[in-house]
Amino acid sequence: MRKRALLALGCALGLAAFPGISAYATKKNADGARQFLRQIPNNARIAQALSRLTFGPRPGDAAVVRSMGLKKWIDLQLDPARMPENPVLAEKLKTLDTLTMSGEQMVRNYPSPQIVKQMVAGQMPFPADPDRRMMIEKLVAKAERKQGQGDQADPKAPQAQPLTDVLPREQIRTLRMGTPEQRLAAFQALPKDKQDDVIGAMPAGMRQGLFQIAPPELRRKIEMANGPAQVVARDLMESKLLRAIYSNRQLDEILDDFWFNHFNIFLDKGADRYLVTEYERDVIRPHVLGKFRDLLEATAKSPAMLFYLDNWQSVGPNAPQPRGPNAKKGQRGLNENYGRELLELHTLGVDGGYTQKDVTEVARCFTGWTINQPQRGGSFTFNRRTHDMGAKVVLGVTIPAGGGMEDGEKVLDIVAHHPSTARFISTKLAQRFVADDPPASLVDRMAQTFLKTDGNLREVMRTMLDSKEFWSEGAYRSKMKSPLEMVASAVRAVNGDVDFVFPLANQVAQLGEPLYRKQEPTGYSNSSQEWMNSAGLLARMNFALQLANDKMPGVKVDTAKAAKPDDSTAGMTLGSPEFQKK
Amino acid sequence: MTTRRIFLRNSALAMVGVGTAPLWLKRALYAADAPSPRKKILVAIFQRGAADGLNVVVPHGEKAYYSLRPTIAIPRPSRGEKREDAAIDLDGFFGLHPSLAPLKPLFDQQHLAIVDAVGSPDPTRSHFDAQDYMESGTPGLKATHDGWMNRALPKVEGKVSPVRAVSLGTTLSRSMAGPNPAIALQSIAGFQVRDAQAAKQFQDMYMQSKDPAMQTAGRETFEAVSMLQTIQKQTYTPAAGAEYPRGKFGDSLRQIAQLIKADVGVEMAFADIGGWDHHVNEVGQRASEGQLANLLTQYGQGLTAFWQDMGDRMADVALVTMSEFGRTAHENGNRGTDHGHANSMFVMGGGVKGGKVYGKWPGLEKEQLYEGRDLALTTDFRDILGELVSKHLGNPTVKGVFPGYAPKFLGMV
Repeated sequence: MRKRALLALGCALGLAAFPGISAYATKKNADGARQFLRQIPNNARIAQALSRLTFGPRPGDAAVVRSMGLKKWIDLQLDPARMPENPVLAEKLKTLDTLTMSGEQMVRNYPSPQIVKQMVAGQMPFPADPDRRMMIEKLVAKAERKQGQGDQADPKAPQAQPLTDVLPREQIRTLRMGTPEQRLAAFQALPKDKQDDVIGAMPAGMRQGLFQIAPPELRRKIEMANGPAQVVARDLMESKLLRAIYSNRQLDEILDDFWFNHFNIFLDKGADRYLVTEYERDVIRPHVLGKFRDLLEATAKSPAMLFYLDNWQSVGPNAPQPRGPNAKKGQRGLNENYGRELLELHTLGVDGGYTQKDVTEVARCFTGWTINQPQRGGSFTFNRRTHDMGAKVVLGVTIPAGGGMEDGEKVLDIVAHHPSTARFISTKLAQRFVADDPPASLVDRMAQTFLKTDGNLREVMRTMLDSKEFWSEGAYRSKMKSPLEMVASAVRAVNGDVDFVFPLANQVAQLGEPLYRKQEPTGYSNSSQEWMNSAGLLARMNFALQLANDKMPGVKVDTAKAAKPDDSTAGMTLGSPEFQKK
Repeated sequence: MTTRRIFLRNSALAMVGVGTAPLWLKRALYAADAPSPRKKILVAIFQRGAADGLNVVVPHGEKAYYSLRPTIAIPRPSRGEKREDAAIDLDGFFGLHPSLAPLKPLFDQQHLAIVDAVGSPDPTRSHFDAQDYMESGTPGLKATHDGWMNRALPKVEGKVSPVRAVSLGTTLSRSMAGPNPAIALQSIAGFQVRDAQAAKQFQDMYMQSKDPAMQTAGRETFEAVSMLQTIQKQTYTPAAGAEYPRGKFGDSLRQIAQLIKADVGVEMAFADIGGWDHHVNEVGQRASEGQLANLLTQYGQGLTAFWQDMGDRMADVALVTMSEFGRTAHENGNRGTDHGHANSMFVMGGGVKGGKVYGKWPGLEKEQLYEGRDLALTTDFRDILGELVSKHLGNPTVKGVFPGYAPKFLGMV
């Protein structure tokens, strides 16, 4: 059993199954460009495909690809709708209910403290679901008690409800001292309506102890008690890892990661806490193998992006809304944040041939593109009163005066079809999928496809995957895995069974890539260099040992169980230099 | 013959007498007259996101400042009730943002110098490019692979400390990347493989790796791990009751202080503090409130705590702060500012000639602005860094640190 498990691990890592790998480890640098002309042997092609188009191979994946045929497997990955999704994934995602909610529903069901205040003041309805309503009312009561205790130390203010008021001592003892099984059983034996009170009254440590062993629904309740607004962020991070680990549509997941990062948004910027879920689900995901122009427009109109890059507040200097030397305090004007990042980061690239004047003109074109009620889930709207009515010139193209929302759309047409954009997008894709410093010949061909097919991203990917460069020695095992790739690929390699994925998401942050929390609009670097450093390497080694020794909370690993306790082979493998590469 | 040292001691003793002498000076005076074997140390702080220099070092003597920023200007210094929401005067023309009040005594004691209208001459207003240029030390050149701090490490014969260059955080800063060994460190306590036996095996594995980059990173990592082993077990209490602000920035500075005081051979340290990109609502209802004020509070408290904690060790240390570019001289339509050009820098240390705002003020009238919108640049950031590398660290080859540029020293050290 133990032997089989380790053999499977070795196969999954591509260390044993593919001959001649060590020969490739010594390459690079010496003869740069020529490396991209020399093809890897046929028996390494499956390893290359699995390492670049998935979050790392699981035991048995190589055999599946071999029997299906590599070409057919790639075609399927490029057409994920034709592939049935893994039912295990659906099951694991089931309790993460914010994933299918609109922003507005999330605000209502998982309210921030400000929204709770508005509910109490009657400015906003409570959630329809009676259980959830009760839970929120309890939060309110708790907050009020806390407030009473805080400022004035009013002796008459009601005290926080102690656990001894809710439960007999015997049961508290069990919850505190019992084995995990006893604690869980004691809690679950309580009547349903009492469970919420008990969670609310528990000290933080006891609640945490219960959390570790709780089934998904109970975890949900505990998370609610800790702060409902946090649930939204946790669901996002957890779903990202679950999909990376379990999805059959692996390339789709990698592209989702790539494009979210390209059009990066920082989750913790104000209203974006409730807007990013929709953004990833409805704006990024549906377009990753579609037309770039559609993807671009979807991001431009998304409340998440409008909020993140401040465009929703931008007002044209020549807008109908009066503004002048007597403008009152708080009256608004032009904000060029989105205009600049649209050109620099989303389309042309910083060397794509635009000027400061273009940035300002683009910003004027997008005035009036704003959000209805951003703090309540928000939706896109065009506000003619704040739109700049004057003529604009963007990259040499005149946009006549008197236009409305179409001014922004014209800008999107111009930049989406610009040769600099074709080149910039192709370079970034090639850097992610092929090599840190991708060969110009490949980027040229991808850019040509981009321009010929009106920015069809599936066709650009196909050009890349049909290229000799993708299958070359220059590409093969040349890149270092990102933290997300490292964590997901390790769990996949040992066939870990993930019950609770949040600790893994924390690991990804420890390794240097907090998910949804890259503050800058640049996103994380697609180059490996970013991840090659001492802090990251040590964190990877520690994670490898923890996972392989079955000490990672929330994950069960069979390999380690089969091995003797003092055998750290799997951990050493996952922490090895080879495993950090892809 | 009255030696220079005795002269210094006497005049310094006079200072001790009136209670203004810094701690390090007191201890230095009573220490043996032998030259210190301790190395000079340079600490660099990067404010990512382009800090609004004009609201940090406020040109309150400039009329145009107030007309360009009708709703977000920091009010002129005041002695009255509004003192807490007004600039803190430095020299009759410039003032500090009120949230930087803890730094004022350091300025008065001449340990803190400020440079204004300083920055990178490259016209880019891209955060990414501008940070890259400032950290590589080569504005306009994208092909530079290594960072200025890596090149600035003095050449030495023989063995060097594996932790001579430390970058705080989960990734190695661009400033510090390069051929000289430099490590990224998130926390001193966590800088180890938790299983000793596995650590040994990993070490062998990385040393034998056929991937040169992996091998180098692995070797540097494990050498640093063994260097830090002894101080990992100690609990660290900052000296003189110094209180670092909560959060990543405070943690970084506290650990830099700990490393320096542990005498493990640190010569360069780098930390960053993000979140300066205030396009919207930069200033709250009062100058002492809002996003910029909150961040400056953290920043000011961090620097002050570091100063207090370091005590007399500050004699060996120079700390310099920078940000990729400044922000528009005029406020934008959302009580914020957009990407601009020149900015301000802070330099603090025992050997720094502080108490002065350096640099030539270019003015804020329309025709004085860079491209009609931003504070113009009169000092190249490499002049400041170059002087620190040359005069403070004593590295004689400053030209190699900033290729193609000859820094002009301002006489700050």
